[in-house]
Amino acid sequence: MSSTIKETQKMIEEVLAAYPEKSKKERAKHLAANDPTGQCSTCQVKSNVKSRPGVMTVRGCAYAGAKGVVWGPVKDQITISHGPIGCGQYSWWSRRNYYNGRTGIDAFGAMHITTDFQEKNIVYGGDKGLDLAIKELHGLFPLGRGIGILSECPVGLIGDDIEAVSKRVAKELNIPIVPVRCEGFRGVSQSLGHHIANDTIKDYVLGKGTLEKTTPYDVNLIGDYNIGGDAWASRKILEEMGLRVIAQYTGDSTINEIGIATKAKLNLIHCYRSMNYICRHMEEAYNIPWMEFNFFGPTKTFDSIRKIAAKFDEKIQKNAEAVIAKYTPLMEKVVEQFRPKLEGKKVMLYVGGLRPRHTIGAYEDLGMEVVASGYEFGHNDDYKRTYPDMKEGAVIMDDATLYELEEFTRRLKPDMVGSGIKEKYSYHKLGVPFRQMHSWDYSGPYHGFDGFPVFARDMDMTVNSPTWSLIRRKK
Amino acid sequence: MKIRDHSELFKQQDYKEQFERKKEFENCWPVEKVQEISEWTKTEEYKELNFKRENIKINPAKACQPLGAVFCASGFEGSMPFVQGAQGCVAYFRSHLSRHFKEPFAAISTSMTEDAAVFGGLNNMLEGLENTYALYKPKMIAVSTTCMAEVIGDDLNAYIKTAKEKGVVPQDLLIPFANTPSFVGSHIVGYDNMMRGILKALSAGKKGESNGKINIIPGFDTYTGNYHEIKRLLALMGIEATVLADVSDTFDSPNTGEYKLYPGGTSLPDATDGVNALATVALQKYSTVKTMDYIQKEWNQKTLTLSPIGIRNTDAFFAELSKLTGKPVPAAIEAERGRVVDAMVDSHPYVHGKRFALVGDPDILLGMMSLIMEMGGEPVHVVCTNGDKHFEAEANELLASSPFGANGKVYAGKDMWHLRSLLFTDPVDVLIGNSYAKFLTQDTGTPLVRIGFPLFDRHHLHRRPIIGYQGALNLVTMLVNTVLDELDRKTEGSASFDVIR
Repeated sequence: MSSTIKETQKMIEEVLAAYPEKSKKERAKHLAANDPTGQCSTCQVKSNVKSRPGVMTVRGCAYAGAKGVVWGPVKDQITISHGPIGCGQYSWWSRRNYYNGRTGIDAFGAMHITTDFQEKNIVYGGDKGLDLAIKELHGLFPLGRGIGILSECPVGLIGDDIEAVSKRVAKELNIPIVPVRCEGFRGVSQSLGHHIANDTIKDYVLGKGTLEKTTPYDVNLIGDYNIGGDAWASRKILEEMGLRVIAQYTGDSTINEIGIATKAKLNLIHCYRSMNYICRHMEEAYNIPWMEFNFFGPTKTFDSIRKIAAKFDEKIQKNAEAVIAKYTPLMEKVVEQFRPKLEGKKVMLYVGGLRPRHTIGAYEDLGMEVVASGYEFGHNDDYKRTYPDMKEGAVIMDDATLYELEEFTRRLKPDMVGSGIKEKYSYHKLGVPFRQMHSWDYSGPYHGFDGFPVFARDMDMTVNSPTWSLIRRKK
Repeated sequence: MKIRDHSELFKQQDYKEQFERKKEFENCWPVEKVQEISEWTKTEEYKELNFKRENIKINPAKACQPLGAVFCASGFEGSMPFVQGAQGCVAYFRSHLSRHFKEPFAAISTSMTEDAAVFGGLNNMLEGLENTYALYKPKMIAVSTTCMAEVIGDDLNAYIKTAKEKGVVPQDLLIPFANTPSFVGSHIVGYDNMMRGILKALSAGKKGESNGKINIIPGFDTYTGNYHEIKRLLALMGIEATVLADVSDTFDSPNTGEYKLYPGGTSLPDATDGVNALATVALQKYSTVKTMDYIQKEWNQKTLTLSPIGIRNTDAFFAELSKLTGKPVPAAIEAERGRVVDAMVDSHPYVHGKRFALVGDPDILLGMMSLIMEMGGEPVHVVCTNGDKHFEAEANELLASSPFGANGKVYAGKDMWHLRSLLFTDPVDVLIGNSYAKFLTQDTGTPLVRIGFPLFDRHHLHRRPIIGYQGALNLVTMLVNTVLDELDRKTEGSASFDVIR
């Protein structure tokens, strides 16, 4: 074992010392010093297990994964938060899944629609009013192409049969009604919600859309939620390569797109964590291969473009080289402008989905180094994909707590931290430059060639803001 | 190089073309159909259909009980809000409050999952308390519940007792609790329940000699400026007071390069001595109903509810406070009154006869209605998703008290989609609401004055007070300048684009 790994392990032990014995033992399995070679057996973290009560996990719930991530962005689907008022309120248009459409007329993303459970619903059941609720919605929003019922905690606890209601009303209204069993107590994080939502796509919508013709170049853009327009920036590249994107999953998506995805030749998946399930299903049931790609930062984007093109004919491969040639000078200009201001800066990441590994290359393009990275709700396969991309001795964190993040920050002294809204303002108080790397801090896109200049600009303003120097620290 | 982010990028021609090409796969409705439905939603017929619904809320303006509970719990010294239930809820509360205040917010979840649904949440509570105490060293752990814990019937009292018996936390650690089911009431009720729970725990066995002080309970008040303002005003009057659940430091702490988990809050000795105060004054009614009832009955204190938003409400506040303490209202405060009244006289031509729609929490609505009518404005649509029949009666009474209330109608239990219909069928000049009301502005063109909670899309509004005379001045400034901004927009390119208004 190398000395850098040993040093990091020692630091982790120091941080863990504050925990009570039982939690210390548990948390120790989720923190490790990175070994890119994968040879060091103690350098693998455990993941996708329950958070300890009382530690202040950053994680959310299955509802957040199913409603907030997967189904919420499908713009012509009317999404009901089925249960008490809060869940829908707190997840109301907070993920910035951009879409084109008229909200409240033919698109419903920026809306909060809920059955607003009262005590009587808990006592007598909530499914009684559910079919009436669906009909009321259908009457007020006749252009909705489907209705999703996203269950909150009480629904599963009181044993409501939302599937029966869905089946009955779907027949009557002749639109898909999708019951999603994503009660927040299921599973250990958002992750199960993604899986549950993927399963409902498979069961209720997949294979049911209309597409007049197909071409040999039809692909699906999977696992891109169009945060700040990310999917649009990615789609632009794929189209310039000569590919035809027939479905976006699920940023700016429609029920029809979700339905016709089975007609594609290849599934291109960006966020592996939240959508590998549907790719695996389409591979098994429809023989559609899938591949992961990374459109953060020019190095990874060029690399991905070539790998994607390799799956197609010479025409696409030629186009791919032309696209790379076209954008190379622009990307060089961005690097030229921002790298001198960011060279050598250390980054700590604690995020979700694909970002803890996918953004590393983009930081490296700007001369920055990711010294710690972690997933809120990653699984073993996420970490296996991460170890080789990180330097030896870097900190790997799974389901980190507020306490751990603060302690690692003190010890690693990163020049900036990328994490979420719950972490943002404690870092502001600490005077540590911070960027929200879930919502892009209301900026974006960060994907593709149109995204990288925005990413570079934002990292520069984060690290080099003069406001940090105004903070007067107590001696 | 010019860098274009989403606000400009997607207006470019290449993206416009991309969006057109994408339509081939979307199965989107024809433009004419979308237009037809869009027009239909503006009609009287649609409004009727909209008001007929009984089983679904669309864009409601309320949150759930535990949000109010954790907000309240964070206003005491060294107090950690702790929520028994599934963990996603706490992630949401923390995000929601941070988005409004632009401040960190710490709260604990006991991360209950399927096994807790079957066996109950005792183990989660025990380990949760143990970890919280070890890692975050709180002086008080204030327990509330999510709907999961409520549905399965977790017994908080017994669990906390067990935790102390088993020694996972010290015997003398303060652990107040409140049941806060999200399927009853809203965030304002959760605030009320948690406040009562905390005061109950703190005051047990502490009744003694009167300390001559006044307790102030602000209620679910998300204006940190109000907390600073009430303390300033009471100091000016020479009144010794304790603000119970003083969240001003929690949500507005100075940047010193240090992150403090517990940046302030009402000191525990002061809060504990609240039981011995002369009287308790609540600055909101609907978020303090049970607490005030408790204080009156159990603490045998004089209780007053005085919400000082607007001139007459603030007059009443000072008059009652003066009566209560025997202290006169100082000249400095009288001068503040004079200044804001002067401002209102100056601005009245732009507000008089203007029609207002309002949406928000009950107490803020009552205050705003009062202020608007004092300036000759007319509250027309008053939508209160979390308003009950008491609120409805009180709001109607208020409207009836002024000729400017004659066109007003109160909609308790209705939501912002109802309000959308009203704004189309019976338009108004100005809309008052939280950040989500901006969608109504987008659809109907009604200019929005952002007042209430949450305010996500504008910075620092919560730092300026809206209570007292100074608060009235802030509100008047916002109202009149919104009218003037709109007047400029409407008269651009015409002779009426005046430079002096």
